[in-house]
Amino acid sequence: MGVVIQVRVNGKTRQHEVEPRLLFVHYLRDVLGLTGTHIGCETSICGACTVLLNGKAVKSCTLLAVQADGAEVITIEGLAALGGNGGLHPVQEGFWEKHGLQCGYCTPGMILAAVELLQANPKPKEEEIRRALAGNLCRCTGYQHIVDAVQYAAKKMVASKR
Amino acid sequence: MATATRYMGRPLKRKEDPRLIQGLAHYVDDLRLPEMHYVAFVRSPHAHARIRSIDTSRAQTAPGVLAVLTGQDLDNAMGVIPCAAQLPEMKLALRPPLAKERVLFVGEPVALVVAADRYAARDAAELVEVEYEPLTPVVDPEKALAKGAPVLHPQYSDNVAYRWELEGGDIKAAFAKADKVIRQRMVNQRLIPVAMEPRVVVADYKPGENKLTVWSSTQIPHLLRTQIAAVLGVPEYIVHVIAPEVGGGFGSKLNVYAEEVLVAHLAMRLGKPMKWTESRRENFQATIHGRDQIATLELAVQRDGTILGLRCRILADLGAYYQLLTPLIPTLTGLMICGCYKIPAARVEITGVFTNKMATDAYRGAGRPEATYFIERAIDLVAAELKKDPAEIRRKNFPKPKEFPYATPTGLIYDSANYQKSLDVALKKSGYRKLRAQQAKARRQGRYLGIGLSTYVEICAMGPSSAMPAGGWESATVRVEPTGKVNILTGASPHGQGQETSFAQIAADLLGLEPDDILVVHGDTAVVPYGIGTFGSRATAVGGTAVYTALTKIRDKLAAIAGHILQEEPKRLVFRDKKIYLKSNPAKSLAFAEAVSAAYVAKTLPPGMEPGLEATYFFEPSNFTFPFGAHVAVVEVDPETGEVRLLRYVAVDDCGNVINPLLVDGQVHGGIVQSLGQAFLEEAVYDENGQLLTGELTDYAIPRAEDVPRLETARTITPSPVNPLGVKGVGEAGTIGATPALVNAVVDALAPFGVRHLDMPAKRERIWQLIRKARQVGSRPASRRAGGRRDRRAR
Repeated sequence: MGVVIQVRVNGKTRQHEVEPRLLFVHYLRDVLGLTGTHIGCETSICGACTVLLNGKAVKSCTLLAVQADGAEVITIEGLAALGGNGGLHPVQEGFWEKHGLQCGYCTPGMILAAVELLQANPKPKEEEIRRALAGNLCRCTGYQHIVDAVQYAAKKMVASKR
Repeated sequence: MATATRYMGRPLKRKEDPRLIQGLAHYVDDLRLPEMHYVAFVRSPHAHARIRSIDTSRAQTAPGVLAVLTGQDLDNAMGVIPCAAQLPEMKLALRPPLAKERVLFVGEPVALVVAADRYAARDAAELVEVEYEPLTPVVDPEKALAKGAPVLHPQYSDNVAYRWELEGGDIKAAFAKADKVIRQRMVNQRLIPVAMEPRVVVADYKPGENKLTVWSSTQIPHLLRTQIAAVLGVPEYIVHVIAPEVGGGFGSKLNVYAEEVLVAHLAMRLGKPMKWTESRRENFQATIHGRDQIATLELAVQRDGTILGLRCRILADLGAYYQLLTPLIPTLTGLMICGCYKIPAARVEITGVFTNKMATDAYRGAGRPEATYFIERAIDLVAAELKKDPAEIRRKNFPKPKEFPYATPTGLIYDSANYQKSLDVALKKSGYRKLRAQQAKARRQGRYLGIGLSTYVEICAMGPSSAMPAGGWESATVRVEPTGKVNILTGASPHGQGQETSFAQIAADLLGLEPDDILVVHGDTAVVPYGIGTFGSRATAVGGTAVYTALTKIRDKLAAIAGHILQEEPKRLVFRDKKIYLKSNPAKSLAFAEAVSAAYVAKTLPPGMEPGLEATYFFEPSNFTFPFGAHVAVVEVDPETGEVRLLRYVAVDDCGNVINPLLVDGQVHGGIVQSLGQAFLEEAVYDENGQLLTGELTDYAIPRAEDVPRLETARTITPSPVNPLGVKGVGEAGTIGATPALVNAVVDALAPFGVRHLDMPAKRERIWQLIRKARQVGSRPASRRAGGRRDRRAR
């Protein structure tokens, strides 16, 4: 038996009938074809599946699609539009400039977790960045360039608000 | 024709990033084909059991199910899982892709379900009923060797997979002459690689064209293609393997897995595209594990700290079956056991043993982290025993720079190094003397700082084919298109290392172009010439050299064409700014694209020259390369809780010439943090029944951002003479160099408690118990009594 849900994803309203047990990450990937959101553990540990749900970074692998009914969702595919300058979001730019990624698998989730951090704390200290990203695992970078990327974005976002 | 370096050596940001940071890249799981079906495996819950029966009837009739197959159903449709390693008198351990009569580890696949969607496949897999007759599992590798231990492979009389020995120099004389013999048993624990992207396989068979396309998250697309053809018994030309975006490997995707050949077989057998996506639990149970060696190392030393000889016995837990390189990995430990020290005589004995666990195989560093850990811990034990500074013992035993190429007693030739220099830089950068003073002061205050050193050498750029199981060369084709754009087709298979950028830097410099004029293509067996792949820190040193050499052929041809058109000697021409011009008169020039066009239009070619502009080169290295470095770790141990805090980490690495420092830093950081995982956090734990207790990321801690301080890195540069780029490789340096520095630091912190050695991971509980034990036997921290002097006595 399907359940009809309506979700606003990256600014577009989407409506589908889904199985009640469908994971939200599978809704994004298999139903909407938004494959930029990755699955790394299925237990909420790794954060590869992080998306912004009503502005909060959540792990879409342990969320049911029906729980997202009525929500406003931003995935990595929709982030650039959020940057507001027609190009990359400053956090995406930071990851590119500072070599904040290698294999790229954790990157979309990592970027969205960093976006949430910078919305709440525009000038985070290094320890605050490291703590905020504790729910997102990266096996390639050793995190240092990720921290650099978030610092780059923070500077850029603060400067653009002046 | 001099090469003006404009891009090599510069921290160019990566060409591969725009797609990755926008969610536009495609990993295997992102692929969906019409009528695609999904595969789910039924896996053994037992470590050791006989399969009595499998009832698939309920699964067969479940909604959406297309097929349910067992090992018996596969019958002789395919061969066994391949192992490329051959050691003398090595026992075979042939594993069918689906278990037939017996299962030998938890997670071994016994049946599979194919269904129209992934949920239906998993549902139906739960309906397959397997009746097992449990057998006694063999879990502890030392007990596996005991007389009367159950035997995993009944055609043999015991669980010994192989014995391997290596001896060089006069080992008896060395130990007879020694003032002291330092001896220690050390465990290098079993680890789980945890690439962030689990393994995924998609396969599609088109009967009309007789084409089998397999997309796999692999580090070795060509070797996988050959092995799929061999295991399925089909001509290699019908198999096309694609490794699209690959989300990390660390050696765990340097393999040929049961699931890869099974999914390929299903696409042919059932006539539908197939997908299998590994769950993280499956990834823990049935993707290769790393390390798992127990070593007993002895060093014969003189009173002044000179090392005369080394003996090492290693017990390597191989798991139940071999994967691609399983038996070979411990032999790399044997070859590198002398580290960066001039040890005149060495003897290594390795015993590989079967246990009821997943196979071990190449995990980042593959045998060298173990060697480095064993020798670097032993050097600290020598220092403690002789009451000398660990830096001094190291320095005393380094071969001097002029002694290179340096031959080890294990039969290797180290290409080039300056170990003194990297140690000097590390000591200076860390403020080593000051750190020792701080440590003494802290101890007087009841705080336990530890300073750990590691000076490492590793073997990489794998490698000369004579020393590799299946070819150690690498291929490259450079194809310049008529418009002047360049395709580099590399046999290396990068999955995060960034060669789309670094190879473009090489090409830009050689041809006088911009990196954006160059496209690096990899991971597609229908597009790139046969290659070996990415592992063993080889992609730049071996693959990059193939690219470089193919580029020089292109440049020579273009110079001949341009020389012919300009009526000048080709050797007087330079390539720069997208032009080919006369060095002495830059006004006399031809646009790069014009010269390329001439090669295709073929009206103005020098007489006898073949048209077109494409060159292929297969580079066979004459030797491995031997990167090295010196690391310093500073930790503080809380004596009340056993908690270790990493305060500082200084790493000085020498990987030869550097093509892109940003990429090298990234490799170093990542490697060090993986090392930190092994040193402090990670351990794959099987219980006495062979159940994997650390079966998910919920139970197995890999380092998080907050576990790591800012790493302080520096480089020395000692070019390798083995290749024209002078590069050595850096993919594994961090995981090789860092673990002993971290553990040496913890042991150093605990020295006042009489602690001499500690097995990894250095977890709170373990440290707390050591401190508690020391306090119970009444040994108050010696440093307070000794007025702050370091007391490094051995127990």
